[in-house]
Amino acid sequence: MTATRTPKTLAELTTGSPPDPEQWDLRLYVAGKTPKSVAAIANLQRLCDEHLAGKYTIEIVDLIAHPHLAKGDEIVAIPTLIRKLPEPIRRVIGDLSNIERALVGLQIRARE
Amino acid sequence: MATEPLYSTKQSPLPKAPTGIAGLDEITDGGLPQGRPTLVAGSAGCGKTLLAMEFLVRGATQFGEPGVFLAFEETADELTQNVRSLGFDLDELVAQKKLLLDHVRVERTEIEETGEYDLDGLFIRLGHAIDSIGAKRVVLDTIEVLFGGLSNANILRAELRRLFRWLKDKGVTAIITGERGDGAITRHGLEEYVSDCVIVLDHRVSEQLSTRRIRVVKYRGTTHGTNEYPFLIDEDGISVLPITSLVLRHEASTERISTGITGLDEMLGGEGVYRGTSIMISGTAGTGKTSVAAYFVDAACRRGERALYMSFEESPSQLMRNMRSIGLDLAPWVKKGLLHFHSSRPSAYGLEMHLATIHKLAKTVRPHVLVVDPITTFLAAGSSLEAQGMLTRLIDFLKVEEITAVFTSLTHGGAAIEATDSSASSLIDTWLLVRDLEARGERNRGVYVLKSRGMAHSNKIREFLLTPHGIELLEVEMGPEGPLVGSMRSNNRRASRRRSKGRGARQ
Repeated sequence: MTATRTPKTLAELTTGSPPDPEQWDLRLYVAGKTPKSVAAIANLQRLCDEHLAGKYTIEIVDLIAHPHLAKGDEIVAIPTLIRKLPEPIRRVIGDLSNIERALVGLQIRARE
Repeated sequence: MATEPLYSTKQSPLPKAPTGIAGLDEITDGGLPQGRPTLVAGSAGCGKTLLAMEFLVRGATQFGEPGVFLAFEETADELTQNVRSLGFDLDELVAQKKLLLDHVRVERTEIEETGEYDLDGLFIRLGHAIDSIGAKRVVLDTIEVLFGGLSNANILRAELRRLFRWLKDKGVTAIITGERGDGAITRHGLEEYVSDCVIVLDHRVSEQLSTRRIRVVKYRGTTHGTNEYPFLIDEDGISVLPITSLVLRHEASTERISTGITGLDEMLGGEGVYRGTSIMISGTAGTGKTSVAAYFVDAACRRGERALYMSFEESPSQLMRNMRSIGLDLAPWVKKGLLHFHSSRPSAYGLEMHLATIHKLAKTVRPHVLVVDPITTFLAAGSSLEAQGMLTRLIDFLKVEEITAVFTSLTHGGAAIEATDSSASSLIDTWLLVRDLEARGERNRGVYVLKSRGMAHSNKIREFLLTPHGIELLEVEMGPEGPLVGSMRSNNRRASRRRSKGRGARQ
């Protein structure tokens, strides 16, 4: 697992979620190749390409292969997407088919 | 696996996992359904988490079954701290890989739902925990927290159904705790999914005394006690009170033991009472009930047996001083360790706590004879129904343990003595009544045997004298106006002596 990055600038610390951070680290938890997992991976890929082009990394964790990783990020529901960076950590569950809610959940777009 | 059970595991076709919790295995006839989930429901603070934890701890320590505790409300540290006061060292068990504590944090504010999902994360997490220590027992406390964390109730319900099925397939014995709901067993209807065994815990306050109660609402495929049973949480964990046998099957002894009073033994078929029976001594104030009980204890100690004296009115030293005035010195027996006193105020705590104290003392002292003096003030600590239930349980327990019990009972003047104690009557094997015989400005004591099961006993009233040398029972002489007691007896003797002298002089 990647270590969480500490905020570098005062601006990052005070605003919590900078409007346009340099780097988005996302981690998607799935369990095997279920339709939900496949859909979630595809939806995430599309979301990132459309909204975070060039400044994101995606890590996909298959809990079937690494069950001990479920505890670290408090995973209950599958699929769960964790926004590691920018801080603070955010989480979104479901197959991301509702793009609008996913964008709000990840704070790429403000809640209306 | 369980040692010396009061129940028979052979009768039940359903395999059971003993909880090791005192009393719970008796009312469930052997424990929880093995390899199936059990629902434990109750309102806040009634001991659900504790019961579940004790189930795991006892499983790990007594039955060689490791356990996983999946906590949704408390962290592992909090849990460890909370149960430390009950003598459970969770750190030790965790280190030995007999126990695994896992806290699942669910907070709604952090979660956005974006489409279809399931609870595979939880399944995998639990499965991993179970496999890592080879767990046979699992606790989910309280899974209803998920309803607060996830908004899609349809998905959640489907997933819970799948979870409980999955637990069954895993073959683990599980406890699922649930919050008590209005008009339903649990707030979110968990009872729909966990249908094999449902246990409800309750916490009520009546007349300023709080009592926890447990009830097995449902237990598919097996017999179980359906009553509400009081239970206690103390430094040894939970004890469900009391260990009531559902059937009467104690061994009846044919051995007779002396009451310590020759005249009384004579009235009881000449041999005294049966060992392991219950004896009640009723009477109004000051009729000598305690003295009879003290003689009984003295006789037991003389035989080299242990005795336990529960005194609810007098302190041990006061009691011993008073008994010395009728020629009975109990102090040597205390010194020898044969006689144990326990004095407390009946109002000090509720009936259950008293009962628990008796149980505990009986287990540690292992007395042959137990005196509860008096049982009446003690029973006044609860409602009459509770008191009756408690007395039944106490007597059941004593019979199973083959302890001969002596209860003194204070009856009120005026009311018919027999009627006041009618509720207890059916439970008592030998019942002695000490009563006043008032005549010609004197108050004398008379004793008679109201009933004594399984033996020929005297139907006579005998005069009962407390002398500095002990208790004496005299045959009552009959005069033209009824029984002659006290000074009437001595007057009559003198008169009859004069009469016979007079007759001799004339002839």
